Amino acid sequence: MKAAVNGQERELPDGITVAQLLDLLGAPQSGIAVARNERVVRRAEYASSEVCDGDTIEIIKAVAGG
Amino acid sequence: MNDVLKIGSYEFSSRLIVGTGKYPSMEVMQAAHAASGADMVTVAIRRINLDDASGKTMLDFIDRAKMRILPNTAGCYTAKDALLTAQLARELLETDLIKLEVIGDPDTLHPDARETLYAAEKLVNDGFTVLPYIGDDPVVCKQLEELGCAAVMPLAAPIGSGLGVCNPYTIRIIKERAKVPVIVDAGVGTASDAAIAMELGVDALLMNTGIAAARDPVMMAEAMKHAVIAGRHAYRAGRMEKRLYANASSPMRDLISTKAT
Repeated sequence: MKAAVNGQERELPDGITVAQLLDLLGAPQSGIAVARNERVVRRAEYASSEVCDGDTIEIIKAVAGG
Repeated sequence: MNDVLKIGSYEFSSRLIVGTGKYPSMEVMQAAHAASGADMVTVAIRRINLDDASGKTMLDFIDRAKMRILPNTAGCYTAKDALLTAQLARELLETDLIKLEVIGDPDTLHPDARETLYAAEKLVNDGFTVLPYIGDDPVVCKQLEELGCAAVMPLAAPIGSGLGVCNPYTIRIIKERAKVPVIVDAGVGTASDAAIAMELGVDALLMNTGIAAARDPVMMAEAMKHAVIAGRHAYRAGRMEKRLYANASSPMRDLISTKAT
């Protein structure tokens, strides 16, 4: 199945959870936040929240800015 | 002296809020933050790099025991993007504080008032403590206050311009009519600009490029700290009346005179 992660189309295993996606990307589970289809996924829900075909995923962090 | 800055349910001892952008290095930024005496710092929110998702983030360079973090929605051009950015920032940083910034024009970086008002109302209703960056427009500032924003942040001059307070009269009007704190955001270039802004009576300043782009950011951070305190004191002390002609400070009677009589 396919999902857009940070604007990039990605082929992902069926039934992958947000926690597994972060592992796959080598992303830490802290210092980031995740939205799925424009809704925030709470940290406690990473392990239970599944990514579905056609989803839009945003993974963000804090950066320099004024 | 008890002169605490209150924004929503939060209290701050410093009236200077600093940014994290444009510093020559993280070490210089950390030293500048310490020298500024600020107890709130703003950070931007961006997508992680999928090619290198590990690594440090800005949060690794901020002393959260000393500084409260004010996430911002800088870079957003629509209310929709700003709302999602704010919600992600709240999840990331466990704070309801948000500096709402919805830009309307890439050349001036002036805010889009319509989108800002729309996003502000949504965020207030969603429980955020909203600090909107906005033009120096007394009417829009009042509207943002009426929507429930915890402060208003009119610009002194365009972001990153360092032009100082371009329109002190509107800033004064905004401050005189506001019931929430007025924080001048953007445009302060040097210490005298900061003092002038504070002498107008505003409650605080947010400053990034003015410190970060100085030749010596750490020394400028300290200068800004003093300027904000000096301007605040001068405002509270109440300046003397201006007059066109001289008015001697020494007595005019019992003068020595060698004039022959």
